[in-house]
Amino acid sequence: MNVINLFKIALRAIAANKLRSFLTMLGIIIGVASVIAMLAIGQGSKQSIQANIAEMGSNMIMIRPGQDKGPGGARGDASEMQSLKLKDYETLCEQAKYLAAISPSVSASGQFIYGNNNTPSTVYGISPDYMEIRRLKVEDGEMFTEDDIKTSAKVCLIGKTVADNLFPDGQDPVGRVIRYKSIPLRVIGVIKAKGYNSFGMDQDDMVLAPYTTVMKRILSITYLQGINASALTEDMTDQAIDDISELLRQNHKIKEGDEDDFTIRSQQEMMQMMNSTSDTMTILLLVVACISLVVGGIGIMNIMYVSVTERTKEIGLRMSVGARGIDILNQFLIESVLLSVTGGLIGVLVGVGVALGINVFAHWPIQIQPWSVLLSFAVCSATGIFFGWYPAKKAASLDPIEALRYE
Amino acid sequence: MSQSEQARRKVVIELQNVKRNFQVGDETVHALRGVSFKIHEGEFVTIMGTSGSGKSTLLNQLGCLDTPTSGEYLLDGVSVRRMRRRERAVLRNRKIGFVFQNYNLLPKTTAVENVELPLMYNAAVSAAQRRERSIKALQMVGLGDRLYHKSNQMSGGQMQRVAIARALVNDPAVILADEATGNLDTRTSFEILVLFQQLHRAGRTIIFVTHNPELALYSSRNIVLRDGQIKEDVLNPQVQSAAEALAQLPVPVDD
Repeated sequence: MNVINLFKIALRAIAANKLRSFLTMLGIIIGVASVIAMLAIGQGSKQSIQANIAEMGSNMIMIRPGQDKGPGGARGDASEMQSLKLKDYETLCEQAKYLAAISPSVSASGQFIYGNNNTPSTVYGISPDYMEIRRLKVEDGEMFTEDDIKTSAKVCLIGKTVADNLFPDGQDPVGRVIRYKSIPLRVIGVIKAKGYNSFGMDQDDMVLAPYTTVMKRILSITYLQGINASALTEDMTDQAIDDISELLRQNHKIKEGDEDDFTIRSQQEMMQMMNSTSDTMTILLLVVACISLVVGGIGIMNIMYVSVTERTKEIGLRMSVGARGIDILNQFLIESVLLSVTGGLIGVLVGVGVALGINVFAHWPIQIQPWSVLLSFAVCSATGIFFGWYPAKKAASLDPIEALRYE
Repeated sequence: MSQSEQARRKVVIELQNVKRNFQVGDETVHALRGVSFKIHEGEFVTIMGTSGSGKSTLLNQLGCLDTPTSGEYLLDGVSVRRMRRRERAVLRNRKIGFVFQNYNLLPKTTAVENVELPLMYNAAVSAAQRRERSIKALQMVGLGDRLYHKSNQMSGGQMQRVAIARALVNDPAVILADEATGNLDTRTSFEILVLFQQLHRAGRTIIFVTHNPELALYSSRNIVLRDGQIKEDVLNPQVQSAAEALAQLPVPVDD
């Protein structure tokens, strides 16, 4: 029997039991829909994390004191945490190659006060280069100068969130004096808003001040909590890291073979770390989705068995008028493949719909993967053949005499 | 038909000492204990026997649904005994037309599509030929005006006519009817018998398996089976007309 006729028979059999066919397909629909939705969400969040990190500056290099002994390890003693000095910063400024910008980093968190208003935030002690490294822009007013750094001037720039909290009436913050503990800081600029990043951090909740001001007037320390830099290009990041490492080891007089007393991380590493986390999540979700596909397949197998039993007499008749085993096998195989592929098709639509719905209502980033649609389709056909095979084989090997006599 | 005349005709079916045993537990049941006969082209043979006489087993042998334990069966000159399942399916498709007691039509399917069924399994017949031959077969059994009625919209007699058309459509060497009037009332039974007699006159070879001895009056030859052996095999010199019998039946009164 040719394929078109087989398809007609299968379609008629499915149409004859519409509700049952739909319920059978439901397993596959849910399986495929969840695979597609999960992948869309997984890929979407991965992409948005990447975009966010790139926004923060994909060339960024972070130098921290102390040896990072990996997650969960001891962080070493306090003196090790003070290994980065201003001298290191100056050395890097003068000698480091491959760097576009470099800024020391010290910070203090606490309450900021203006008049009756106060807000908790963090003041970061930096050099003007920091703006380039973190891709920040001054919206109102201007950046502090090298002179301000030399004199440890009591000036600062504030982020949009801090500005809104301290100046709720919409006054212009520029020129006003806010206080951190007892230290007055004159606002000389407002930083352009960046909004939340993908980890839910408010990137506008900050105060920037000259690093000398934060070190001397606020923290009273002589060491740096870190140094941030950015490589000339993303490709030069690794070279820049090697170069920095070399210079710092010289400065700290670390002998060949001894461990660094500092840690250098690049934004690229961060990105890889985040990627591997979201990949793990995606795989986990996929496994769950695949299990539901298998369950759907078993549903198909079950119904195909019922269908074969129910139509034993028809099978007997077809055999008596000349259907060979293979004709019967094909008939039931096509029926189960048709069920699973139709289910898959509906599943794709539902999955895409769910993903779009999540995007619209929950504002989660999504990215629908074309290959996931193709994969689901292939898996569905395979499921249909795999789970349809045994019932179809059973139908094909029926004895026509027995089948005809079956009531 | 005289003996000599019969001998000149082509042999369609030839059984040579056919035996069929079934293993039921430890016991061997001898359903057929050596059956031999020849059926020539154009014969209308009734095969009779009570239940347990082996007539169903014989029908399965004749219909190539089963193979003998020993002995030889030649259908249209082809030996069936050593044929494989797949080959017998093809043989059934080309040489045999079945008519069953309970019609065995596909449910919710039109008459034409039911009749087309055997040709569906014959790749040599195109879709257009299939439709044409099916319509012709349905016209032959008097259902030319009910081509597209579905099987659940028809009476028993009409369904059996569809089944007969289906048995005719592949132009078989022999039509095998299994209690083909068993489910029908007297009047409809005679109508179907009239149809079989018409087909017989048109030259068809028909084997009609039944337990109803009355039907022997309307066939050209009667074989009686008992305990797996042939008890009687006689030609009927005076075939009665089913059409006359039908005419003598009291006309049904409509209430």
